[in-house]
Amino acid sequence: MTAPENTTPEHERRNPDFAIEGHGDISVGVKGAGASGDGSASATRITPGNALRPEDIALEIRRGQVKPNEDVAEYALRIGDDSLILAQRLGHWISRAPELEEDVALGNIALDQLGHARSFLTYAGAAWDKSEDDLAYFRREHEFRSAHLFEQPNGDFAVTIARQFIVSYYQFELYKRLTGSSDQTIAAIAAKALKEVDYHRDHSAQWVLRLAGGTEESRRRIVRAFKLVWPYVEELFEDDELTTRLAEAKTGVQPSSLRADFDHLTGAVLQEAGLEEELALERIPQSLGGGRQGKHSEHLGYLLAEMQVLAREHPGASW
Amino acid sequence: MASQNLQSVPAELSPEELEREQAGQAYFDRIISEDSRIEPRDWMPEAYRKTLLRQISQHAHSEIIGMQPEANWITRAPSLKRKAILMAKVQDEAGHGLYLYSAAETLGQSRDKMMEDLIAGKARYSSIFNYPAVSWADMGAIGWLVDGAAICNQVPLCRASYGPYGRAMVRICKEESFHQRQGFEILLELSNGTPAQKQMAQDAVNRWYAPALMMFGPPDDDSPNSKQSMAWNIKRFSNDELRSRFVGMMVEQVKVLGLTLPDQDIRFNEETKKWEHGPLDWNEFKDVLAGKGPCNAQRLERRREAHDDGAWVREAAAEYARKQAEKEFAA
Repeated sequence: MTAPENTTPEHERRNPDFAIEGHGDISVGVKGAGASGDGSASATRITPGNALRPEDIALEIRRGQVKPNEDVAEYALRIGDDSLILAQRLGHWISRAPELEEDVALGNIALDQLGHARSFLTYAGAAWDKSEDDLAYFRREHEFRSAHLFEQPNGDFAVTIARQFIVSYYQFELYKRLTGSSDQTIAAIAAKALKEVDYHRDHSAQWVLRLAGGTEESRRRIVRAFKLVWPYVEELFEDDELTTRLAEAKTGVQPSSLRADFDHLTGAVLQEAGLEEELALERIPQSLGGGRQGKHSEHLGYLLAEMQVLAREHPGASW
Repeated sequence: MASQNLQSVPAELSPEELEREQAGQAYFDRIISEDSRIEPRDWMPEAYRKTLLRQISQHAHSEIIGMQPEANWITRAPSLKRKAILMAKVQDEAGHGLYLYSAAETLGQSRDKMMEDLIAGKARYSSIFNYPAVSWADMGAIGWLVDGAAICNQVPLCRASYGPYGRAMVRICKEESFHQRQGFEILLELSNGTPAQKQMAQDAVNRWYAPALMMFGPPDDDSPNSKQSMAWNIKRFSNDELRSRFVGMMVEQVKVLGLTLPDQDIRFNEETKKWEHGPLDWNEFKDVLAGKGPCNAQRLERRREAHDDGAWVREAAAEYARKQAEKEFAA
């Protein structure tokens, strides 16, 4: 980031009350970033340190350093869509959570998911000369590749936690394996995401324990919540032609290969919570799914309508 | 509970108590005259404690209620980058609320009680959040003008005489400064965008300008508490002084934005060396403060709903913690 030229008036520089970092030079500090479009010059750079950012991937794409083949792009689109739809759901909790600490925690998880979505979508878009925003805002419902679990409504806090518990254990296993992908960009995004998803696992597991072992009311609600979202588990682990090809090329993994570890680790938490018998998860019928082929539930249309409305009112505009 | 002390200053003091009070007052006076810091365990006059508690809790409430107009646009943000920035910003505000409630708790009032007062409509928060955020450009105008005004107000508070408050403000101001840049960047992008985007930006600046100026509080001749707060080194500059500085900053920055401020009367007074602005509608300010703003009922109801809907979760967490402690004790 280039050092902004200092245009702070002398009297303000001398007065400690108005010399807070970045305040006096606001106009200059921001002007360069807005005009250049270079992510690294942005005043709103939000990822600290050297962590991989979507802007870095976009830069590599522009320089012609990376480009996914059609299969990898389609795969990145699936994973990116999962995270995007979940981020959109979780974002709704901010300012509505049961405790301020949870406004912060759910907001954090939403931000992490959105970050992963941006990276995967940016990368996927390179195959079709589309940006992350083209993909997020200008595709129609049947063009989204997210699994049904991610579009399930927030419900009460227990439903959100149950959904989050499944998602974070699934994503952890997925990203853990993708860090070894032969596609360097997929591996790099997965490596960053893995650390964050590990925290998401901890957050949701702690809440499953608390809700199951808290009051009668909370136990009733978490049981109901799991029954509501568990039908969407099977879809996450379904293999198809794409994943078979990717697994052979060692760029992706067969979803079914994640299932044993997922069952083992979630089972341990559910057992500690004393929920295993009561839930009898193996007896819950599994929904047919179809999200990977663009067949969605009734929920996604509303979610997209809200997410896309402003961008579509101003096609071609930049924000 | 320590907060009850506020109302129960004993009428008659024993000689020992009197001596302790006098020694406490002497220590307090010395700390203030040295422009040093009062810490939670130090003796302090009840009026000082009350003033701080009111100010810090109002500030915390403002952060929490202030999340709403912006959270309103998280799901509709027009690009994923803007969505991420906005989420992070609203999340920061929850964090600010948390530091401030913690600072206020050091004065002997629990966060639960403060939250109850807010929901019961007994506590105040910055009245600007009772205006609606109706367009995306409002995310820019709120960042640039509202957070900008907040920074002018709050940077001097980093030196407030009460330690926990001053320290909380240091971090808050750094983040607010970031938020203001983000707001500025949103407006700049809109202003350089399509005619419809530029119009959206100008419209937002027009709506938020006067309420932002009123955030500094009533004019000095109508602000009875300011003088005492300044004597206690809580407040460092008068409302009008801060407002004038703010106008001076905005008048320059709006040029870079390529927009205008909706005020024909802004001028730099060479005699007083201060920026002056046009008349503000203080009756509207008082009305909004009194609950007649467009969103007062909505904002409180949303907070109440989140609080009530979350009650079972908080009870579960408390009960689980109790059971865990019991288990550990038994083991």
